[in-house]
Amino acid sequence: MKKWQCIVCGFEYDEAEGMPDEGIEPGTKWEDIPDDWTCPDCGAPKDDFEMMEVD
Amino acid sequence: MDPIIIVGTGLAGYGTAREFRKHDKETPLVLITRDDGASYYKPDLSEAHAKDAAPDDLVKKNVDAMAEELDATIHTHRQVESIDPQTRTLSLNGDSLQYHKLVLAFGADPIMLKLAGDATQAVHKVNNLADYRSFRSHLGDAKHVAILGAGLIGCEFANDLVGAGYEVSVLDPAGWPLSQLLPEKCGQAVERELDRAGVHWHLGHAAVAVHHDNDRLQVVRDDDDSVYADAVLSAVGLRAGVELAQAAGLKTDKGIVVDRTLVTSDPHIYALGDCAEVDGHWRPYVGPLMQCARTLGKTLAGGEGDTAGAVKYPTLPIIVKTHVCPVIVYPPVDKHGEWQVEGDGSNLEARFVNEDGDLLGFALTGEATNKRRDYLKDAPPLMG
Repeated sequence: MKKWQCIVCGFEYDEAEGMPDEGIEPGTKWEDIPDDWTCPDCGAPKDDFEMMEVD
Repeated sequence: MDPIIIVGTGLAGYGTAREFRKHDKETPLVLITRDDGASYYKPDLSEAHAKDAAPDDLVKKNVDAMAEELDATIHTHRQVESIDPQTRTLSLNGDSLQYHKLVLAFGADPIMLKLAGDATQAVHKVNNLADYRSFRSHLGDAKHVAILGAGLIGCEFANDLVGAGYEVSVLDPAGWPLSQLLPEKCGQAVERELDRAGVHWHLGHAAVAVHHDNDRLQVVRDDDDSVYADAVLSAVGLRAGVELAQAAGLKTDKGIVVDRTLVTSDPHIYALGDCAEVDGHWRPYVGPLMQCARTLGKTLAGGEGDTAGAVKYPTLPIIVKTHVCPVIVYPPVDKHGEWQVEGDGSNLEARFVNEDGDLLGFALTGEATNKRRDYLKDAPPLMG
């Protein structure tokens, strides 16, 4: 499981947790999130996310 | 208990409200806005023409949906006229509202150049959805748009409008586009690619007047040459709106002065976003304001005596959506150093380094933007 971060606003998406409030189940891989999905905090497109280093 | 009142329903106002509601579902919340309270992503405004997006297409949620989501009362089309910190009262259009805590998140206003001529009223600005609505409806049959200013917003609109089939001319007294953000070579890459896409540049020239000329508009340059266009868009920068705060006796400078806990010189009033200067920095961009919204949302939900959180900014770059030549730039906070530019054609990597060779900032253009991850890892945080 990986984490992704919006480089515009710093929002983090954790594949393990998903986003149940937005209808994204825990365990949903980044590539399985629709391309027209946008950052829930700032509205930036999916392209503006980067994979984060895993500690 | 008196409510928490947030003035402004842009990304900063709604962002703070959302974060607050994550931690506190009880305290009454009131938002006040000059516009219709629709929630939208402001950076979309400068890339909506090429997608042929109507203003309503950009609305993510209307005001009723936002009021329900936030369990808040939202007053639309209302202007706050004054704040009395002593009695913790706001007055708006004859009414007065009491607050427990107040958040100022009403943004910045576009700077309008002092132009001569009889057509200055025809000059558009686009700093919110209502402006975009007005600009788009006035474009009508226009073929040629003149843009005043080659900064971030001017360049994004140039790319967007030329992509939507308009003829576009851009005027700016600076020698290259994005001159406040980019070293010359990177700016020239953007200039070259937009030129190739059809943009006419008038760099090194300010506009001094706008006149009606039959059905067209004549934009006069400082050397008396003219550009003829059907519509004129001004995009010369923003200025934080500080008058309301000043009149209330709050400390202001480039913006409303707040410390890292986002509190103003009055302990019950906070500010964030484009109207606020945080710990000496005025950064009217999405990244910093979202960090502030997260911090402030928690603070507002905290009890009396809780320590207020201090905001930090990670390495948040600025993305310029000039799609013919994309740009990612992270301007150095510490300006002691120099730019070193490498690369071919319009695919450039510029490193801003100090005497010791430390990377303080960077700018990437064209295909070099694919390397953003490496640079983001190495650059220092914006406000650590």
